[in-house]
Amino acid sequence: MKATLKVWRGRDAKAGRFETYEVPFEPGQSVLDGLRWIRANRDPSLAIRFSCINANACKECMMELDGATVYACTARLEPREMTLKPLHNKTLVRDLVTEIAPPAERFKG
Amino acid sequence: MHVETDVLIIGSGGAGMYAAIEAARAGANVFLADRSLIGRGGATVMAQMTVAVALGEEAPDHWSHHLADTIQAGRGLTDERLARLLCEEGPECIREMDTWGVGWARRDGHITQAMAPGHDRPRCAYVDFLNTGPAVSKTLRTVVNRTSGIRKAGDLLVVDLVRHDGEVTGAVALHLSTGAPVTIAAKATIVATGGLTRLYRRNSASANMGGDGYALALRAGAPLIDMEFVQFFPIGHLAPRLIGMDPIMWDPFRYKLGGRLLNAEKEEFTERYGTREDGRYVITRDLATYAIIKEVEAGRGSPHGGAYLSFEHCPAEALRAAFGPVIDRLAANKIDLTKMPVEVAPIAHYHMGGVAADPRMETEVPGLLVAGEAVGGANGANRLSGNAITEALAFGRRAGRSAAERVRGGGHAFRAADAHEAIALVSANGGPDLNTAAMIQRLQATMADDVGPFRTADKLTRALATIDDLAAALGERPAGDARPFDMRRIEWLDLRNGLMVARIVAQAALRRTESRGAHQREDFPGMLPEWQVNQRARLGDGRIALDSLPVAAAVAAQ
Repeated sequence: MKATLKVWRGRDAKAGRFETYEVPFEPGQSVLDGLRWIRANRDPSLAIRFSCINANACKECMMELDGATVYACTARLEPREMTLKPLHNKTLVRDLVTEIAPPAERFKG
Repeated sequence: MHVETDVLIIGSGGAGMYAAIEAARAGANVFLADRSLIGRGGATVMAQMTVAVALGEEAPDHWSHHLADTIQAGRGLTDERLARLLCEEGPECIREMDTWGVGWARRDGHITQAMAPGHDRPRCAYVDFLNTGPAVSKTLRTVVNRTSGIRKAGDLLVVDLVRHDGEVTGAVALHLSTGAPVTIAAKATIVATGGLTRLYRRNSASANMGGDGYALALRAGAPLIDMEFVQFFPIGHLAPRLIGMDPIMWDPFRYKLGGRLLNAEKEEFTERYGTREDGRYVITRDLATYAIIKEVEAGRGSPHGGAYLSFEHCPAEALRAAFGPVIDRLAANKIDLTKMPVEVAPIAHYHMGGVAADPRMETEVPGLLVAGEAVGGANGANRLSGNAITEALAFGRRAGRSAAERVRGGGHAFRAADAHEAIALVSANGGPDLNTAAMIQRLQATMADDVGPFRTADKLTRALATIDDLAAALGERPAGDARPFDMRRIEWLDLRNGLMVARIVAQAALRRTESRGAHQREDFPGMLPEWQVNQRARLGDGRIALDSLPVAAAVAAQ
């Protein structure tokens, strides 16, 4: 079985595009598993943010799945088309990565 | 972009944040940098387990008893000066965390301390439910935020330390969200980047624990010790697939409820390898890892290649009382512990080795300090359970204090010219088109298959050849571009560090022709008196050189 991930790509919030990837699907997997598979097997330039991978401890992998805000590490991968976008209310950095740190914890040059 | 500070701290886990608080309290200006978000990445936030500390709340205790257990676990290689710092100052840090509201679990008006393998009495404090690490991280982050004199910078990946006349004078970093280079001038720099377990396929660490701090220190001239000692946590979750939980979560279950470790035939088997458990939790990590791997090799493993861990004999009410909402999270993963066992297998968990440091947390290189898991020596050849958070806090506090003392000595010696090479590396554009994500997976597979808990000369030699291949493919020019969040650039820099560190682990493991603690050579079983030495690694002319020296405790007897 396959899951289809339709992923928003770009560095300009107004000029992005979607790229669609088919990824292997096993019951129990997370959306983050699918994104990491894409990076290792299809396109290492895809930007995603995560630290803890699986534990829902770092809270870094926030993104929008079919319009709802989720953690990619706890959202289940499903054998259907799933649309992934960066958080719309945060400043875009690249692809699915946004500025999510509180302002006082960001680098200021 | 350029920043000036008294104390630069690299890494904002437990060690880095405690160091920041302590240095700021001592009057220093602090710049706390993390490649991830502040207080979110690293190992501390992942620790769901316990904190070993001689508080004497559950039963009478003294730090010297904790020290004796720590030394016993270390199989003759423990630096007793560092272990003493951990055990003696741990209680003060844990009590201070208590005043900051971390919420240590309490019973009958005292902090609850659980019994854990390798300890002579109940000594391990925790925060319910499975919340020790997140609570420690959150508490320290809150205190960092209300302490004046600490600037914080997430998404800042330190690429190299900068030196002048043999002293560390600051660092060059890549600002991930813009892709721009940043220079940081500092009078003292503390490496608090954790260990190297991300170099293994199955690990319990964050994605940013790839040994980068070791590589930074090594390139700045500081030696590393005990690099061959990688601790595997024996009962890491294997199956069924479990999301939203740390894979080492079964440890607190076993502290509280026991649990039976079973083979494919549903028989208890650890007795075959010297430890009878009878549903209790008494087996040390190195022995449990050995027993599970040998049982799998004998064809008696569970379906996914591990062992079963069963709580089926525990009543539902007991499970609920001990773990509350965690039982619901398990149910969401279709796991009902009253009806089914789970599968567990060893998973890379902690690294005993690290940067050589004295009890002030100073390295051989002036201006460079180290804290937390990045320090080598305190845990010898095998770490006692519960010592990691204690060491993060006690070593962090001490490093912050020592750094502040150094700062009082005068101005920094940072010179822009010393940073040119690292800035050029960070700023390069048009690098080769490499699949860096796949290269990291290949490195992780090699380390897991050939530099795991059980080693042979053949496997280690094969691993070194793969590491050579990967290093040749990596080349000298960084992949990707100096643009916002180019993960090929980030992973290229990670591989530059990770391959160097992986090579040292494999070389040190090949050179140590005996078995001790977490380092087990199938071709050299048995512990040899002549190997009661620390191996030390240095970088010179681009090559790694290893030598042996007497255990630090021997030279530092007080």
